[in-house]
Amino acid sequence: MRPALALGAVLSGVALAAALVSFVWTPWDPGAMAISARLQGPSLAHWAGTDHFGRDIASMLMAGARTSLAVALVAVGIGMGVGVPLGLTAAAHRGSWLDELIMRGNDLIFAFPALVIAILITATFGPSATNAILAIGIFNIPVFARVARAGALSLWTLDFIRAARVAGKGRARISAEHILPNIANLLIVQGTIQFSLGILAEAGLSYVGLGAQPPTASWGRMLAEAQTMVTLAPHVALFPGMAIVLSVLGLNLLGDGLRDALDPRLRGRVT
Amino acid sequence: MARYLLIRLMSLGAALVVASGVIFLMIEVTPGDPARFMLGMNAAPETVAALSAQLGLDRPVGLRYLDWITGMLRGDFGLSYTYKVPVAELVADRLALSAPLAALALALSTLIALPAGLYAAARRGRVGDSAVMGLSQLGIAVPNFWFAMLLVLVFALHWRLFPAGGFPGWADPGAGLRVLILPAVALALPQAAILARVLRSALIEELGRDYIRTARAKGASRGRALLRHALRNALIPALTILGMQFSFLLAGAIIIENVFYLPGLGRLIFQAITQRDLIVVESVVMLLVFAVIAVTFLTDLAYAAVDPRLRRRG
Repeated sequence: MRPALALGAVLSGVALAAALVSFVWTPWDPGAMAISARLQGPSLAHWAGTDHFGRDIASMLMAGARTSLAVALVAVGIGMGVGVPLGLTAAAHRGSWLDELIMRGNDLIFAFPALVIAILITATFGPSATNAILAIGIFNIPVFARVARAGALSLWTLDFIRAARVAGKGRARISAEHILPNIANLLIVQGTIQFSLGILAEAGLSYVGLGAQPPTASWGRMLAEAQTMVTLAPHVALFPGMAIVLSVLGLNLLGDGLRDALDPRLRGRVT
Repeated sequence: MARYLLIRLMSLGAALVVASGVIFLMIEVTPGDPARFMLGMNAAPETVAALSAQLGLDRPVGLRYLDWITGMLRGDFGLSYTYKVPVAELVADRLALSAPLAALALALSTLIALPAGLYAAARRGRVGDSAVMGLSQLGIAVPNFWFAMLLVLVFALHWRLFPAGGFPGWADPGAGLRVLILPAVALALPQAAILARVLRSALIEELGRDYIRTARAKGASRGRALLRHALRNALIPALTILGMQFSFLLAGAIIIENVFYLPGLGRLIFQAITQRDLIVVESVVMLLVFAVIAVTFLTDLAYAAVDPRLRRRG
């Protein structure tokens, strides 16, 4: 295993483990305030110190991992669940009005940056984690549609697909039975990348108040709250930021490493 | 080329129509009557109705959409519910900050990415390349608003080299520019990281082509082959990425303005959301989407002008 891939796997694994463990155990209650113990630096009792309400930052980080990963994961699920069938359909009917419609629709969604979609949704329905998921998920749809279409197009010209056509299989069935398994690698790699982008987007949305609302712990909101205290207690801003950087870095390294491992021809390329 | 241009223009128009429809409908389904909001909860129903009529809110949805669109085309974005001034004035006011900020960030990211990408490609597979690639991985992973906070902590609060936020206006251009430096650096970092990676891989791909071998065989040095031949072709994909980055830059600016308390378009949007000033939200979002669609269109054109093969594909 290459060192970058290993590092990526370890970092992603730690983030995932922190999120999972937080369901059953955190060092302290992440919501419990103790004003007398506010803004303490890292210590044995509080590994990452405490914030301005005396809440344990390490526990909040663990609970925040849960929010970040869940939002990003569901958003990737929405993107894959809607985007991949669209991309497969477009490729199966290459050059038809259906293909054109799907791809132009994709371009249109691309024109709305995720944050602008989020702003629109929030202006309409109010801020929440669900709306953040929707905003990030909608933005993921065209990404997966494009990847699925591009991957499927090159497969449709191959002999084994033609054989399936001759054998009488319909386009939809071929897409599901023969095309999809062959582009699974591409989708997994893209999924990893979108997952890391989702974490960044969730952090950004929560930071400006458009994401998860209190009392749900969130890395982005921890940073927003830390901003005014950054001179008094830099650790309050340092740890949530590090958590985001390490998770995103881990997922990106994992994605790059997986791409190299799954398809050596693409080694060294950038998506 | 004329046919290509026509097709692209038509799809540009269609995209704008659909986008404006989506934005209008989203705002339309939002609960709350703007007229009641402007007048407060205790206003008499007749007063609310009168203001509704004055704002044209009692007219059918289709007509109001047409009013909004034709108004925007004439540069009339409507009247802000809370500020009671034309939205166009508000936007122009805020653009005086947001546009220079985005331009500065774009320039900075190119200034960083170009040498970094060239250096990494020239030293492919060696320590220098790995260092640049490693740093760029980090640059992509760092949320720009957190990076901005760190910049403020070090350069504004600790060393006091730059102001931590606020905007003095352009009366003194030097002072205005000084305020924009830290936000622009924060915005430029992730963009530069992505751009450097794209440029490097495009350069490496070009360096493997026959024309480079020919140039080298004719006596061109490695540096000359890289700078005079490979770079020109590698700039095409880099330019496309730069165009796509524009929308991320806009989104980033919206967040970064909040870190530095800069009165730009981003702050305007968030203030408008909290004050339920939906006409402002509607118009600013439409403006942002228009900017992104227009930049994508121009990038496509630039791409087609440089690479004739794309024109024929349509």
